[in-house]
Amino acid sequence: MIYLDHAATSWPKPPKVIAAMTDFLERIGGNPGRAGHRLSIEAGRIIYKTREALAELFNAGDPLRVVFTSNATHAINLALHGLLKPGDHVITSGIEHNAVMRPLRFLEQNGVRVSVVPCDGEGIPDPQNFARAVEKSTRLIVIKHACNVTGTMLPVAEISAVARRAGAFLLVDAAQSAGAVPVDMRMMGIDLLAFAGHKGLQGPPGTGGLVIGERVRAEDMTPLTRGGTGSRSESEYQPEDLPDKFESGTLNGAGIAGLGAGVDFVLERGIEAIHAHETALAKMLAEGLGNIPGVRLYGSNDWKRRSAVVSFTSEKYQTSEIGFRLDEEFGILCRVGLHCAPAAHRTIGSFPRGTIRFAPGPQTTAGEIAAAVAAVARILK
Amino acid sequence: MADGESAYSVILFHTNSAALRAEKILLREGFAIKLIPVPRQLSSDCGIALRFDRSRETRVGEVLEAAGVPIDSIHVLE
Ligand SMILES: Cc1ncc(COP(=O)(O)O)c(C=O)c1O
Repeated sequence: MIYLDHAATSWPKPPKVIAAMTDFLERIGGNPGRAGHRLSIEAGRIIYKTREALAELFNAGDPLRVVFTSNATHAINLALHGLLKPGDHVITSGIEHNAVMRPLRFLEQNGVRVSVVPCDGEGIPDPQNFARAVEKSTRLIVIKHACNVTGTMLPVAEISAVARRAGAFLLVDAAQSAGAVPVDMRMMGIDLLAFAGHKGLQGPPGTGGLVIGERVRAEDMTPLTRGGTGSRSESEYQPEDLPDKFESGTLNGAGIAGLGAGVDFVLERGIEAIHAHETALAKMLAEGLGNIPGVRLYGSNDWKRRSAVVSFTSEKYQTSEIGFRLDEEFGILCRVGLHCAPAAHRTIGSFPRGTIRFAPGPQTTAGEIAAAVAAVARILK
Repeated sequence: MADGESAYSVILFHTNSAALRAEKILLREGFAIKLIPVPRQLSSDCGIALRFDRSRETRVGEVLEAAGVPIDSIHVLE
């Protein structure tokens, strides 16, 4: 079997991720922050260590600004619902995932104004157009870092400059880039970073988070959920302290232990090395697929501005049929269709049929890529 | 303890995460500290507090302030 669906979730997980989860359940297992006994404290330490590793990875500063959520979608919802009030204006790009568009469209029905900046055919928006869309009440700009359909990376630093001039915050959906591409919150001017733990960071499903940058105060955001935090228990009102304000209820301790080990794996391999490895494989894929008659590739040819996903279509067959045959006849697993991002497919001209997407991971080999290209060539022959 | 020499100081934090952060920073700096359940006489909170020898109170306070760890309050535990 050849697994080329790392953009959906990474697999197999590094053995140390599984070991960390087993260890948490077998040996630790206490409820972090809910008691003062040794197993509760030890669980808390493991979770804190994961916060610290993520803060380092993203150059976020204070580890207490890392808020754990159950996935990137949950983190994006927390930021959008937390920040935007009726009357506020928000700007986004024309290639966003439904994790961003659906909450924005819901908020729009409830009095938030939404502007969508279109992208060119490669999925890149012009930062000037963000500047043009700014209004007096612009509170937030929200963009993807890397596109899950084309791999295109957006000019985050330039768009951040627009946000700063407008007195707005910048929320970046780093679901695809975290763990796969360097992400530096301070250097790129990111105020809020939403990440998935289960993709490039190599953690288990059910992990993700929102990193709240230093320009955003806890008071600027309302929580999605309120409840027990193990702190200020005498009060029936939600505390304002980070991270507790946004972390009511028992955390996914075993998952976060696994995520911590996943971040260790990424830091040990080195994010630059992982990015270089995956980019080389994606380039191989694009070159190989590009040589097959009738194949159309999407996204930028500038590999310095791309993460490792390759989307294509064929004139001859439906994407679903190619995906099914890759799985059935060749044991090659990929994702076909709209990838929860209809806006991105409209932008690149593949709506409504979608594309076939290959996404290699840190453990993928050149041999597996060659086999995938050969399989597509066989199917399209 | 009449002479106060072996009395402990206890720091309460607003969150457990802050207590854990303080523990890590202070252990790295070589302080002898221990996380304990919040003493009932100090607060009704169900969380954890940091305990250490009272003689280190000033230094501990300085280190945590320099690192930007917010604390709730410092108490003497007789
Ligand atoms: C760009 C982008 N945003 C958001 C998400 C949602 O991530 P999650 O499944 O962790 O909620 C994904 C992946 O599915 C994605 O690719």
